[in-house]
Amino acid sequence: MSDELARPVMSGDPIGANPSFFDLLVRTRPELVQRTTAQVSGESFAPHGTTVLGLKFDGGVVFAGDRRATEGYSIADDKIEKVFAGDDYSAIAIAGAAGQAVEIVKMLQLELEHYEKITGDRLSLEGKANRLAQMIRGNFPLALQGLAVVPLFGGYDERRQQGRIFYYDATGGRWEEEDYHAIGSGGRAAESSLKKRWRTELGRQDALRVAVEALIDASEEDIATGGPDPTRGIFPTALIVTSEGVSPVPEEDIRAAYEAVVGERS
Amino acid sequence: MSFMPYVPPEQLMKDRSDYARKGIARGKSVVGLEFKDGLLFIAENPSTTLHKISEIYDRIAFAGVGKYSEFEDLRIAGVRLADLRGYSYGREDVKAKDIANAYSQALSTIFTQQMKPYEVEILVGEISEDGGRNEVYHILFDGSVNDEHGFIGMGGHAEELSTALKGSYQDGWDLVTSVREAVKALCEAEGRQIEPVCIEAGVLERPRSQRRKFRRLPADEIGRTLASS
Repeated sequence: MSDELARPVMSGDPIGANPSFFDLLVRTRPELVQRTTAQVSGESFAPHGTTVLGLKFDGGVVFAGDRRATEGYSIADDKIEKVFAGDDYSAIAIAGAAGQAVEIVKMLQLELEHYEKITGDRLSLEGKANRLAQMIRGNFPLALQGLAVVPLFGGYDERRQQGRIFYYDATGGRWEEEDYHAIGSGGRAAESSLKKRWRTELGRQDALRVAVEALIDASEEDIATGGPDPTRGIFPTALIVTSEGVSPVPEEDIRAAYEAVVGERS
Repeated sequence: MSFMPYVPPEQLMKDRSDYARKGIARGKSVVGLEFKDGLLFIAENPSTTLHKISEIYDRIAFAGVGKYSEFEDLRIAGVRLADLRGYSYGREDVKAKDIANAYSQALSTIFTQQMKPYEVEILVGEISEDGGRNEVYHILFDGSVNDEHGFIGMGGHAEELSTALKGSYQDGWDLVTSVREAVKALCEAEGRQIEPVCIEAGVLERPRSQRRKFRRLPADEIGRTLASS
C-alpha cells in the first residue's frame, strides 16, 4: 500500500501521492541509487561520450550526436547512441561519463513515464527541464571527481507551441537556449559551425544538414568526436521533436545530408 | 476498563463482506473483454478525469469499481510496484500475475486486519506477446483472485452484465464490435440508455508500435463507434 495513506493527514506533511519515481526509489530502494564515493579518475576509466547538439527549426527541434565514446586516448566504442527520446514530446542528448549519463537518461525516462501514469497528465516541458536539473544536482559529488554528466534537453512545448532547448552544467544549473547549442569535447567546434550555418525558420531537411555539418566540423577539430564513416556505415544519430511528437531520423536521411555536405566541399 | 463483546469470526467476516458488497453495489460497473487485438476495459463514468481504467505498465492495464479513493490507492501502488520492478530487473519481467498477487495480499490483509474492508473490486489485465493467451485477473475486496477468460463484468451490476455478454460474446471480435457490444451490455444491465460521453474505455492493443500498448479511447472515437451501429 502507498505509505502516504498510513501517515496521519493532519501532521503538516505533504498529502497525496508523490508522482516522482526518483523519490520513490530513494525512499524504498536507497541501495539502488547509492553514489560511488570511491576516488576514481574519470578521465582514464570511464568511457566518455563526446559531441551532441540541438537546434531549433520551423517545426520544433533537431537533436543529433556523433557515435564515439572514448576512454582516455582509446576509442571505447564507435557506435554508441547519445540522443534519446525523453518521452513522446522531448529529447535528451548526453555528453560526459557515458555510464552515468545513460543512467540519468534512463532515470529521466522513467521519471516522466511514472509521473504520467500516476497523475494522468503529461508534465510540461518546463517541468521536465526542471526535474532534470534536480537529478543532475544529485550527481554533483561525482562531477567533482571528473565524472560530469551534462545533458542537452529539449522538445516541443505544447503550451507555447514551439520547440525549446535547455542546457545544463555539472552543478545542475539550467539555461534555456534561444536557437542552438552544442556540448561535449567537440562542442565548441560544433557551435562555431552552427553559428555560421544556422538561420531562423530552417526547414526540416536544412536543419538536419546544418546539424550533420556541425558534427563533421567537430570531428575534424576534436579527436574524441567520431566523424561519419560511410565505409563502415557509421553515421550520426538524430531525433526530431515536433507537435506530432518525437521521431528518430532514418539513417538514409542522415546519409543524404552527409553526402550533400561532402558534395558541396569537394 | 472496557470489554470487547465476543463476536464469532464467522459473523465478523460475514459483516465485513456484506459491508464491502453493499459499497460496491452502489457504484457503476466495468466490463473487461478479450478481443482480436488485445484487451478492452470499458465502464460508465460521467467524469472524464477521474478514471476507473488506467495504464499500469507496457502491456498491463487496471480497472477498478467501488470507492474511488480506495481503488485509486491500489492503482498507484500497482504503478509503483511495476515501475520499481521494471527498473530493478527488466521491463519484460513485470507481470500482471505478480501485480495481481500483490493486490490479493494487500486486500486480504486489509480485509482481516483493518477497521473496515476496502469497498473495491479490481481487474488487472495483460496482453500476450504474440498469439499467446492474455491474462485477466479479477481481485475481490477480501483478496480472492479469479483468472478470467473471454469477458468479465464487475461492480454493481456484475450479474446482469455477465448474463448480457454470455448471449452475445464471440471470440475474435474487432475493437469496434467489442465497444459496441460492451456498451450494449452496460445499458442492458443498467436498464437505461447511457450517453456516449459517459463511457470511459481503455485498450491494450497488441499491434501498437509503441512499447506502451495502453490507449484511452477518446470521446469522439467512442461516439463514432456507437453512432455507426
